[in-house]
Parts: sequence; structure tokens; C-alpha cells
Amino acid sequence: MEYTLFIMLLPVLMFLFLGLAGHKLRPAVAGILGCCSLGIVAILSYYAAWQYFSMPRVNGIYQPVTVFNFEWLHFTDKLHIDLGILLDPISVMMLVVISTVSLMVHIYSMGYMHGEKGFQRYYAFLSLFTFSMLGLVVATNIFQMYLFWELVGVSSYLLIGFYYSKPSAIAASKKAFIVTRFADLGFLIGILVFGYFVGSFNFETVGAGTGFGGAALLGDAARVMVPLALGLMFIGGAGKSAMFPLHIWLPDAMEGPTPVSALIHAATMVVAGVYLVARMFPLFIDYAPEVLHLIAYVGVFTAFFAAAIACVQTDIKRVLAFSTISQIAFMMVAVGVCTAATAHEGLGYMASMFHLFTHAMFKACLFLGAGAIIHAVHSNEMSHMGGLRKYMPITHITFLICCLSIAGIPPFSGFFSKDEILTACLEFSPVVYWIMSIIAGMTAFYMFRLYYGIFWGKEARHEHTPHEAPANMTVPLIVLAAITCVAGFIPFGHFVSSNGETYDIHLNTTVATISTCIAVVAILLATFMYRKAEQPVADMLGKKLRGLHTAAYHRFYIDEIYQFITHRIIFRCISTPIAWFDRHVVDGFFNFLAWSSQEGSWSIRNLQSGRVQQYAYAFFIGVIALVLILLFVVI
Amino acid sequence: MEIQLEYYLVISLVMMACGVYGFLSRRNTLAMLISIELMLNAADINFAAFNRYLFSNYEGHFFAIFGIAIAAAETAVAIAIMINIYRNLKSIQTKDLEEMKH
Repeated sequence: MEYTLFIMLLPVLMFLFLGLAGHKLRPAVAGILGCCSLGIVAILSYYAAWQYFSMPRVNGIYQPVTVFNFEWLHFTDKLHIDLGILLDPISVMMLVVISTVSLMVHIYSMGYMHGEKGFQRYYAFLSLFTFSMLGLVVATNIFQMYLFWELVGVSSYLLIGFYYSKPSAIAASKKAFIVTRFADLGFLIGILVFGYFVGSFNFETVGAGTGFGGAALLGDAARVMVPLALGLMFIGGAGKSAMFPLHIWLPDAMEGPTPVSALIHAATMVVAGVYLVARMFPLFIDYAPEVLHLIAYVGVFTAFFAAAIACVQTDIKRVLAFSTISQIAFMMVAVGVCTAATAHEGLGYMASMFHLFTHAMFKACLFLGAGAIIHAVHSNEMSHMGGLRKYMPITHITFLICCLSIAGIPPFSGFFSKDEILTACLEFSPVVYWIMSIIAGMTAFYMFRLYYGIFWGKEARHEHTPHEAPANMTVPLIVLAAITCVAGFIPFGHFVSSNGETYDIHLNTTVATISTCIAVVAILLATFMYRKAEQPVADMLGKKLRGLHTAAYHRFYIDEIYQFITHRIIFRCISTPIAWFDRHVVDGFFNFLAWSSQEGSWSIRNLQSGRVQQYAYAFFIGVIALVLILLFVVI
Repeated sequence: MEIQLEYYLVISLVMMACGVYGFLSRRNTLAMLISIELMLNAADINFAAFNRYLFSNYEGHFFAIFGIAIAAAETAVAIAIMINIYRNLKSIQTKDLEEMKH
């Protein structure tokens, strides 16, 4: 399966080509080139997936395939950093997700970014991102994952700051980069601790991705330190996946072009944290189940927190951003509630990956739909929309399908994956299950609040009549919505499960009924509150709970707290004294050295007069002095 | 009266002293050059005299002849430089030759 190398090489070559020679091409040519390369990548990915899953199982398990692996840095015989391609069920699944969403976004951007300055640069960055993300998921070892992890961070930074003349975009890109980079510090330390105590970075050696009982046998010291290392790695994952309290960058990242939000900040990059936990899952479950449960609790809180904020935001992209945070937290919870003790120990793992897959499709579709709407009305604010269903029928239908899916209405894909997550939660603890069910209801509520705000409700006055997006924007919407309709029926457990064995998905009837009821009630409530032009109930609630509403609208002041901590405490109490020490003590010492040597030089510069006779005079005096010394002192 | 080694050495010393004095006191580069020649010739006399009185071979004489040849070559170069300086500055006084100092 050596051709999988081309999946990696094509985007990076396209990045180099478009980045270096793009400005000489016509924008349309650059776009078509980008789409074609991504098309080939997608076809190769599908073929790889088909070939991988049609390979015979060994002992009922899909064997991981290391397509190739070369040594990049050599430290000791055991500890070395390799670069390579590892195919196993989750990496193949991610290849399919990334290439599909990326291809859709490439096609969509042809319409959305039409006529923008820097069109070629945009496609170059998209290719760079696709390359990095593909490299991340096929990594053979944790260090390669870390390299590509940083690369996706860079491409995310570049794309958020794509409109580099807009100050808010620059601030958002810096914020995203610094917050995730700060979290990655934890990741790096975790990797180093892990490498030191386990003695290998390689996934296959440590048994990652092989399920229960697959983890390598560790010594006593490693047993103590591995939970710490895994916890530190999770900090990196939490930064990338926008878990509380490192979520602050994701809503601001919406300053980037909307297709970028769909690709990076909804479907692929932000789930890298979940992917990381899934990758290290055997080690988590064998050596650090308590860290896994900590992840679950962080996830529960984040899911609730983000859902609460999403209920009151008015910028449609921000609503979707908080919804993304909430949904990723669902995946984290699912993978976190796995215990070796429960009946279906791997259910949460499978549910998490399933939700990752379905969420990538419908959330990308929602973002692309939001992009089409923004394209039509030139605003992100919900108050500038309303009544768009008449003008944009295709966007309306696809958006509705995805809203139903994320709300968890059968038969759309979100229902199946969310149901599995809730079942896994129920096996872990009824409290977590009920909290997650309520959050699922909140999801349905805010998504339909968004839906009614955009497509129903009071019609805003438009400067010109909104019109449906061009075909290259609607086709990706239709494709993604179609996937959303059918993806739930994929027997996902046959392909991806925690131990690699076939796992049949059984719908838990009770859970399914309860969650569907909650979703329907939430949707009806949203319909009742937001469908009409006048919204007396919503306004009254907003007035009654003014404090809560304002706090949620300002995202519970987390950004302000960060601002306070960084500016008032860290900058003022730590950075300022250090800066003073640097300016005055460190710089002062070296300035003194320079000053003294300069003064010394000035004082002796007259010795070099340039007059040969003066030198000769000194020379003769010296000779005479030497002779006298030799005559009278030495002898 | 036999001529002793010391006689040569005294002459050499006087020539050397004249050369040193001239080199230090004169402000005309041509005069300085002449002083240098005096010093060189004083050294040559020493070579020849020591060789004549203390050793039986001819190495000292060869050194003296080399010294004369090198002095001639050096003088040719020095005079060429001085002619060029004079063409540019219309002077060969050392006080005028401070162009290159800074």
C-alpha cells in the first residue's frame, strides 16, 4: 500500500507549488489545481480504506499496517524518532474524514473566496493544512504526531489570520496560536516523560491502538509516571480540542474565512485531541483509568458550559463554534467514561470515534451553510437574517438536515452516534448520563434557535435580495447533507472498535427513546420561542434572567479573567520585574563592559600616531633599555 | 701598526649612531632613507669585519653582499614610492604625509 505516501506528498507539493508560483497563476487555475490534487488524495484515501478494510482479519482483528517507517533522529537504540505511515482502523477512518471534508471545502472555496485577494495563497495554506492533518493521523509514533500537531497549529494560525489587514483577525490568530502553543508545552513535557520512562515513542511498541490488554508491560517506575505523562499529553489535547479552560481561542478563530472554520475549526483539527486520547487509549485504560475519568469530567463541564453560551450568542458562527466545543466535549466524555469494569468496555471508544465521524460531516455542512448565508447577506449577525428560507432553498434544506442530525433526531447520523455516547455514559454513571442527556437537549434547543433565527422569524431588510449560492457552493452542501442522512446506518463498530474485534451496535431502546423525546421537546420549545417574528417568551426570559443572560452572552467572562490574569498578575507582578532586571542588570553589565573598553581605547588611541619616527624612537629606547637590563641585571 | 678589529667596530658604531640620529631627527623622507642606508652599511661592515677576524670561511662576506643587494632593491622601491608621493602631494616632508593616517 505504498501509494498512501502520495496521499501525503500531493498536498505538500501543491503547497510548495502554489506558495512559490501561485502569484503567477490565474486564481481560478490555482483553485482548480488545489481541487484536483485533493480529489486525487480523496480517491486514494477511499481506495486505501477499501483495501484496508477488505484485508483478512487475523484473530478477528484488523492488523495495523506500517506502510513505511524510516529513522529520522537517533538517540539510543531504543529511543529514536521515526517518520512513517501507520494504517489502522482509526487512522484510515480519519483519512477518509479529512480528505472528504477537505475536498468539499476546496470545492466550496472556489465559490466562497471568488475574487478575494490572495486566493492562491489561500489554496496553498489549505494544502499545507491538509498535509499536516493527514500526517498527524497516520503518525507511527507520538513524536511524529507532535511535529504534525504543531504544523496544523501553524496552518490554523495562517488561515485564521488570512485577512491580515483586519486587526481582529490578527488578534484572533495570535490568540489561537499562543493558547494552543501553551497547551502544547504540556504535550511536549508529557512526551518526554513518556519517552524517558517507557523507552519508546512508537505506537506499536507501546501497544497504542490495539485495544484492551494491548498496552506494553511497564516497569514499576513507569507505572507511576505514565499516568502523569498521559495527563500532560491530555493538556495538549485539551488545548487543540478547546476543552475548558483552554477553549477561549476557538470562538475567536471564527475570524478566518468560513470554509476554514468548517475544515479546521469544526471537522478536523479540533478533534485531534480526541484522536490523541483514542490513540493512547490502551495505555489510558490499563495504567491511567483515573486520568480517563478526569477527561470525562472535564468534558461534561465543557459540554454544558459551551452549550449554555451557545444558547444566547447572536453571531451565527459563534453559535456554531460553541456548538463545536460542546460536541467535541461529547466525544471526550465518551472516550473518558470507558472503564475496564463495564460490560461493553469499548463502547465509549467506538461511540467517540463514531461521533467524530458523523460530527465532522454535519458540522462541516453547517459551517459551509453558514458561509453561504454570510455570502448572501454579508453579515454574521442573526438580526440581519430571518426569513431566508424563501431565497435559499438548498441551503435551507441542507442546514435543516444537519440541525436535525446534531439534535439527535432519527434517522440522521447524529442520532446514532449520540445515542451510543449516551449509552456509554449510562453504563458509567446515571448522573453523567442524565447531565449529558440534558446537554443534548440544549444542543437541540440552540441549534433550532439558530435555524429559526436564520430561516424564519422576522425578515430583515436587505440591501439587495439574497440569492442562492452558486453551484460550486451548493454541491458540497448537498454531498455532506447526503452523507449525514446515510452515515448513521454504517455498521461503524465493524470497522472501528476499542479492541479491533467486530462490535455490533445495538440501539438501547430506552436511551434512544428518552434522548429523542428530549430532543423533540427542545425543538418544539425552540419552535415556540423563536419561530415567529415577535418573540415574547424569549424576550421575557431574557429580561427575567438578565444577569445570567448577560453573563452567558459575554461567555461567562472567561476571556476577561484571562485578560486579568495575564495583564494584571503575570505581566505586572512577574514580567515587569523580570523586564526591569533584564534592562538594568543584565543589559547594564554588558553596557558597562562596552563602555569601559571604549573609554580605554580612547585613552590609548594617541599612541598610534602614524609617525614612523615616533615608533622608531620608542623602538630604540626599548633596545637600549633591553641592552642595559641584559648587561647590568641579568648578568 | 696592525689594524685591529676594534677599529672597524668603532667606524661601524659611528655610522650606526649617525644613521639612528638622522632617522630620528630628519623630517625629509629622502634624508631618512639615506640614514637607513647608513645603518645598513654599518651592519655590513660588522659582518665583513667579524668574518675576517674571527672565522676562516666566507659566510659573513656573503651576508654583506646580500645586504648590499637588498639595500639597493629596497632603495629602488622607496624612491619609486617617494616619486609618486611627490607627484600627488608636491612634498616629501613627513608632516605633509598624514593623508592615510585616519
